[in-house]
Amino acid sequence: MDFRTCVNIQKEWDIVGARQFGRDFSKKLGFGIVDQARIATAISELARNIYLYAGSGKICFDEVENVGSRGICIVAIDTGPGIKDISQVMEDGFSTSGGLGAGLPGVKRLMDEFDITSKTGEGTEIRVVKWVR
Amino acid sequence: MDAIKLDLSHYRELLKQYINTQDESALYEAEQISKRSIQHNISLEEIINTHINALEDIYPELPENIQHSMSFLLEVMISYGLALQEFQDLRETQLEIKSEISVAARMQNTLLSTVKPDVEGFDIGVVSVPANQMNGDYHHFIHHEDGTVGITVADVIGKGIPAALCMSMIKYAMESFPSEHKNPSEILESLNRVVERNVDPSMFITMFYALFNPAASTISYSSAGHEPGFYYHAADDTFEEIRAKGVVLGVTDMAQYRQYEREIHAGDMVILLTDGVTECRQGDRFIESEEVLEVIKSFSHLSAQELVENVYKHFEKLQDFHLRDDFTLIIIKKDV
Ligand SMILES: Nc1ncnc2c1ncn2[C@@H]1O[C@H](COP(=O)(O)OP(=O)(O)OP(=O)(O)O)[C@@H](O)[C@H]1O
Ligand SMILES: [Mg+2]
Repeated sequence: MDFRTCVNIQKEWDIVGARQFGRDFSKKLGFGIVDQARIATAISELARNIYLYAGSGKICFDEVENVGSRGICIVAIDTGPGIKDISQVMEDGFSTSGGLGAGLPGVKRLMDEFDITSKTGEGTEIRVVKWVR
Repeated sequence: MDAIKLDLSHYRELLKQYINTQDESALYEAEQISKRSIQHNISLEEIINTHINALEDIYPELPENIQHSMSFLLEVMISYGLALQEFQDLRETQLEIKSEISVAARMQNTLLSTVKPDVEGFDIGVVSVPANQMNGDYHHFIHHEDGTVGITVADVIGKGIPAALCMSMIKYAMESFPSEHKNPSEILESLNRVVERNVDPSMFITMFYALFNPAASTISYSSAGHEPGFYYHAADDTFEEIRAKGVVLGVTDMAQYRQYEREIHAGDMVILLTDGVTECRQGDRFIESEEVLEVIKSFSHLSAQELVENVYKHFEKLQDFHLRDDFTLIIIKKDV
C-alpha cells in the first residue's frame, strides 16, 4: 500500500508527534472532537507499544473511502520481536497496566476496524480504521 | 459505537435552566440523564461533548480559554471512558459465566443425585448444601440386593468447579466397581488407586465409606483422612468420636485402610459429616465440635430429617447466611 504520510517512532517524544499528526489529519477528514480524541488515544497506544516493545517503527496515515463514507486508516508497523499469542493480548485485562481499558483491546474499542498480523522475530503490523459518522 | 445519542436540546434547556436558577429540580433531572446514559451505554466522553456543545449554543461568545479547557477535560476523560466500557463488557462476560455455572450446577445435581434409603427400624436424615453454586462435598447411597446400604461421604479439599468435576469422576469410578465389592476397606483401596492415577496431585479427597447392615443393626466403615463422625449413645446420653485411621485418597498408590465395625443400639445415632459442619465459623471464631453436638442434641427429639435440617439452619444463621464451606450432614437414628 502506498501511504501518504508516515511518522517514525524512535523516541518517546515521537508519540506526541504521531498524535498531533493524527489529530490534524482526522480534523481535516471531518471527525468531531470526540472522535479526534479517540483517534489520538488509539495512536498513543500503538506508538507507545512500538516504542516500548519494538524499539522503533512507524505509524502511517491514509484516507479511505467506502460507499460514500470517509475514514481514516492508521497502520502501525515495526520489525520488532512480534507478538506470540495474539488472542491472549486481545483479552480484556491482559495488558501490563491491567484492567485500565487501555492497551490493544482499548484500541479495538476506540476504532471501527482492527486487524493485526504479527510474526515472532519478524515484527508486527496493526491496521485500524475509523469512519466519519 | 453509541446506539442512542444524548438529546442535545433537552440537555441544553436543562443546563440553561440550572445556570439561571440553580434549581434543585434541574439537578434531579440531571441525575436521570446520568442514569439513562448508563443504561444506553452512552460513553463518558459523549456526555462531556454534549455539555460542550450545549455550552457553546448557550454562549456563542464563549471565551476561547474556556473552550480549550473543555477540550482538555474531554481528552482527560477518554481513557476513563474506555475503562468503563471494559468494565461493562467484563460484567456481561461475568453474567454469561454465572449462567453457565448454574447450568453446570443443575447438571451436577442430576448427575450426583442419590436416593436416601428407607429401612425398617431406622430413621435417616440428609442435608448437603454447597457454599457456592457447585458442591465439593459428595454423599451417596448404594442399595445392595442383600438389603445392606453403602454410604459414602466425601470432601474435595478445595471448592467450586474443580472440586465438583472431581466428584463426578469419583461417582463414576465407584459405579464401575463390581457389585460384590462391598467392603469399605476394599472400596477405599480401589478408589485410592483411581484417584492417584487420574486426579491432579494438588487435589485431595477425603472419604468416609460405611456399609450399613440394617438387619444386623451394624455398621462397618473405613476412612480416608475424613473428618471423623460421631456416635451417640442413648444409654448414657453421650457422644463418642468415630475414629478411623487412613490416609487421604490419591497421596500414595499403595494405601491400605483399616476397617472397623460397631453395633447400633436402640435410640443411638450415627452422625456423618464433612468439615463444613465442624469448621463453621462465627465471625473469626471457629466453633467447637462440642457446640455441634449440643445443637444436634437439642434437636434430637425430632425426626432425623428435621434434625439435620434444623442443625443446618442453626449454623446457616450463625454464619450470617453465608456458608464458607460446603455443608453435609447425615444422621442415622435407630428407633427405640
Ligand atoms: N508492537 C509490538 N511488538 C511486540 N510486542 C508487542 C507489541 N505491541 C504489544 N506487544 C505485546 O503485547 C502486550 C499487550 O500490549 P498492550 O498494549 O495491550 O498492553 P501493555 O502495553 O502491556 O499495557 P498498556 O498498553 O495497557 O500500558 C505487551 O505487553 C507486549 O508484550
Ligand atoms: Mg501498550
